[in-house]
Amino acid sequence: MTDKARKSAPSAASAKHLKRRRAADFRFRYYGLTAIFVALGALAVLVLTIGSQAVSAATYHVVRYEVTLDPAVIAPEGASSPQDISRNVEGFYSLVRDNLLTTFPEVGEDRMLRREISDFVTRLAVLPTARMVAEKPELVGANITLTAPLNDDLDLYLKGQGVRERKLPAGVLSRIETGAEGTYRLSGTDAFAGVMAGLAVANVDRPVDAGQPDVLLSAGVSTGRLTAIDAGSARMELLTGRAEDFAQGRPTARIIASPESERTISDRQIAWVLALKEMGRIDRVPRWTLLTNSDSTYPELAGGLAAIVGSLLTMLITAMVAMPIGILAAVYLEEFAPRNRVTEFIEVNINNLAAVPSIVFGLLGAALYINFLGMPRSAPLVGGLVLALMTFPVVIIASRAALKAVPPSVRSGALAVGASQMQTVFHHVVPLAAPGILTGAILGMARALGETAPLLLIGMVAFVGDVPRSPTDESTVMPVLIFSWANNAERSWEPLTSAMIIILLTFLLVMNGLVVFLRRKYERRW
Amino acid sequence: MLQQLGQLPMGLLLIALIAVFGSAAFFLGRVRAERLLVATTSRMHSRPNYHGYYVAMWATVPVVIVAIAYAIFAEDLTRIQLTRELPSSFARLSPVELQSYLESVRMAAGTAASAGADRVFQAITNRYLELRGLINTATLVLLGLMAAVGIFLAQRRLKPDFRARALVENGMELVLFVCAGVAIATTAGIVLSLLYESLQFFQKVSAWDFLTGTRWNAQTEAEFGALPLFFGTFMIALIAMLVAAPIGLFSAIFLSEYASPRARAWIKPILEILAGIPTVVYGFFALLVVAPAIRSAALWFNETAIQLGLASEPILAAQPTSALAAGLVMGIMVIPFVSSLSDDVINAVPQTLRDAAYALGATKSETVKQVVVPAALPGIIAALLLAVSRAIGETMIVVMAAGKSARISMDPTSDLTTITVQIVSLMTGETGFDDPKTLSAFALGLVLFIVTLAFNVVALRVVKKYREKYD
Repeated sequence: MTDKARKSAPSAASAKHLKRRRAADFRFRYYGLTAIFVALGALAVLVLTIGSQAVSAATYHVVRYEVTLDPAVIAPEGASSPQDISRNVEGFYSLVRDNLLTTFPEVGEDRMLRREISDFVTRLAVLPTARMVAEKPELVGANITLTAPLNDDLDLYLKGQGVRERKLPAGVLSRIETGAEGTYRLSGTDAFAGVMAGLAVANVDRPVDAGQPDVLLSAGVSTGRLTAIDAGSARMELLTGRAEDFAQGRPTARIIASPESERTISDRQIAWVLALKEMGRIDRVPRWTLLTNSDSTYPELAGGLAAIVGSLLTMLITAMVAMPIGILAAVYLEEFAPRNRVTEFIEVNINNLAAVPSIVFGLLGAALYINFLGMPRSAPLVGGLVLALMTFPVVIIASRAALKAVPPSVRSGALAVGASQMQTVFHHVVPLAAPGILTGAILGMARALGETAPLLLIGMVAFVGDVPRSPTDESTVMPVLIFSWANNAERSWEPLTSAMIIILLTFLLVMNGLVVFLRRKYERRW
Repeated sequence: MLQQLGQLPMGLLLIALIAVFGSAAFFLGRVRAERLLVATTSRMHSRPNYHGYYVAMWATVPVVIVAIAYAIFAEDLTRIQLTRELPSSFARLSPVELQSYLESVRMAAGTAASAGADRVFQAITNRYLELRGLINTATLVLLGLMAAVGIFLAQRRLKPDFRARALVENGMELVLFVCAGVAIATTAGIVLSLLYESLQFFQKVSAWDFLTGTRWNAQTEAEFGALPLFFGTFMIALIAMLVAAPIGLFSAIFLSEYASPRARAWIKPILEILAGIPTVVYGFFALLVVAPAIRSAALWFNETAIQLGLASEPILAAQPTSALAAGLVMGIMVIPFVSSLSDDVINAVPQTLRDAAYALGATKSETVKQVVVPAALPGIIAALLLAVSRAIGETMIVVMAAGKSARISMDPTSDLTTITVQIVSLMTGETGFDDPKTLSAFALGLVLFIVTLAFNVVALRVVKKYREKYD
């Protein structure tokens, strides 16, 4: 009776209560969903920002220079041995600079302009060519095409990242009058109306004045800077090329928002780089130097080879120390150790070690290996040993889990046919647990490969320009290189750092992929 | 001759010798055992291989011990003898200067190209090489002798009824035990090195001043009041947990209670990628994206507040690196630490508890909030504690995005420094180990070690207690 009454007549209050409870239930589910989306979103933003930056560093611009390898310059009397040629950076550099000077005769003897044009190539960029010529001495005196990377700021400009600019077509120019000192008056019906509109968007009405945006006008290989503008005409200061070029077709106007004084590249450098591009002498090519060069103070020459080799050497030491010790310790604890206080103490130690902050291992390495044992600073040997101490608890924990998963029937079977404890473990249990042990070890190594902090403390942060050849050479590793590059102030290091991160993540991905593969292939459920 | 011997690559040589002696001994032992097998009429106790291993054990163990002794003492012995022979003019040098002089001698001896150096230096380098050569020769001779004697003695013991297998296995077990003991040795190494250097530091600066002082100026004026560092560490860890705790917990609840098995199989590994990304990558992300965004948001906030007349001057510090940026990114990093462990403990709550709650008419969310989470609470707390310990010990994110000024400020957009940042900046300079600057890094490391250890011990205790309840 009472039940029926309750069912048929729910009070208004209880209906309201029920509605509220259902709404709360609905909301609660969406809190969870939101949390997942926030976490995944953060991951996506991280990967996308770094990935997109890295894509821009995957290619770079190189300039081709047709040069004659004049023996008087690159192999002068008394310095013509292959070794001298490979060291003659100054000689090769002067070939490149002279090539630029003949391409842009307006530079002349002006010291300011000479400096601006020498920024196009850094001296060290000719080193690969010098080495090549040293190997093939028959090239001396021949004409060759020398390629050298473009200055990093100009490279960024060509990629559309360094300087914010807006490109607009100008109208056909019907008259070009020559004014004083390289200035020209250009006119045509409504030729600059579009540019005026563009300037209005940028909230300025005049170019020219210091601190205002610059307007560059280019036609073919020629570029000039506008110094006065109205809808039908403009006054232009020619930066490079010939004024006649502007009479053909429709020139392109570039409104560059930031004034010249706030940029790392000048208007004239932009004009030159546009001219070289128009001449077809600039190519955008894959940046293999990221993998084949070592660290440099010039972004366009910097690469990660030394760090990659350093990481591999360090990992080699870590693997050689942490894997045997970790695996054997796990075998002992899982298969042999009597249940007593010593064993328990060891287990507590291992669990705690796995959670000790990595930087503490760095302090241990600095105090023990460097200060007490007098090992060399910055060496993969010390780095590897520090990381080994950090990794081996991880290896132990994973290996024990793998050993534990082997069913006791395997052990009983082996013991029953007369195998000793040692034979049972090493002939039967360990081989069955091997895939699990290996995956645990690889995961531990992957963690060590990404570790930075402890290596900073043992001095692996120093600039290393040479590829280390032995574990006691001065060296750096990938994560530390990323850290050093991220600390560089120049804008062009950002894409490079991202690219290096992608290289590191690729290594980690391969290692984790290997783990997934091993698990898929060998995992057995008993 | 001795000088050339002094330049031997002893590390490689010793490893090679151990391998050569070991395999030679194994071969000899096995051959002898096989001969015994042919000659004897009764059964052998152990198979020939074990006899081989036994002889190899006798050949290598003493050699390994000598090699380790060489690695530890050779350089010191050379230096002691060399110091004794130095001309009297060197007596003026302080111990530190003397050591750095000897270090340069060692470097010059290693490269063997000391052209251009003065004659005294050259002579000392040559003498160093001679001494080194003497020690190297002595070591090699000793090694050869010990291996030969070892092989000889072991060979003599081989008999048909010799229990080689048992002895080899005992030896193996000892090796295994030593490997497990490395864990204790590592902990002891950490504790001893931190304590030793910290005690030296506390002789120069009182521990009380260190723990309670509010002015930190280790780089220049040598003020060592670490309270601002503790505050910065606490503040950033707090921000990180404010991000990670709700996101991690709700993710765990969603994954274990709401998500379909398929969605779970995809989302869980993806979330765990967050834990696998190297921290230096997070640091770069914080520096590149998060810190500038927070700065411009703070600037915008200041401007709006002033425009609205709520404030007459900027409220927020809006610095280029900020505690908030570091904390937020660190929060993202520790999400999987919270979610994975919480997910495990929530899954471990018996289904019967949920069924009972449903039977009483509870909705799903009420079941989760009032039954499942309270039942899993100890495990969840342990997960949070482990995450806090991670956040406190995290280094690269704060080094790159949190700044270096030691101050106590509640403003999250100001730059704060942490224990780990200071350890890195104190240890990356070129200073000696007796400098209070370097020593203070070890004192900070000790504090860090104790705090994280405490969090871990409590967390592990809680987990252990909780497990006993449902198993």
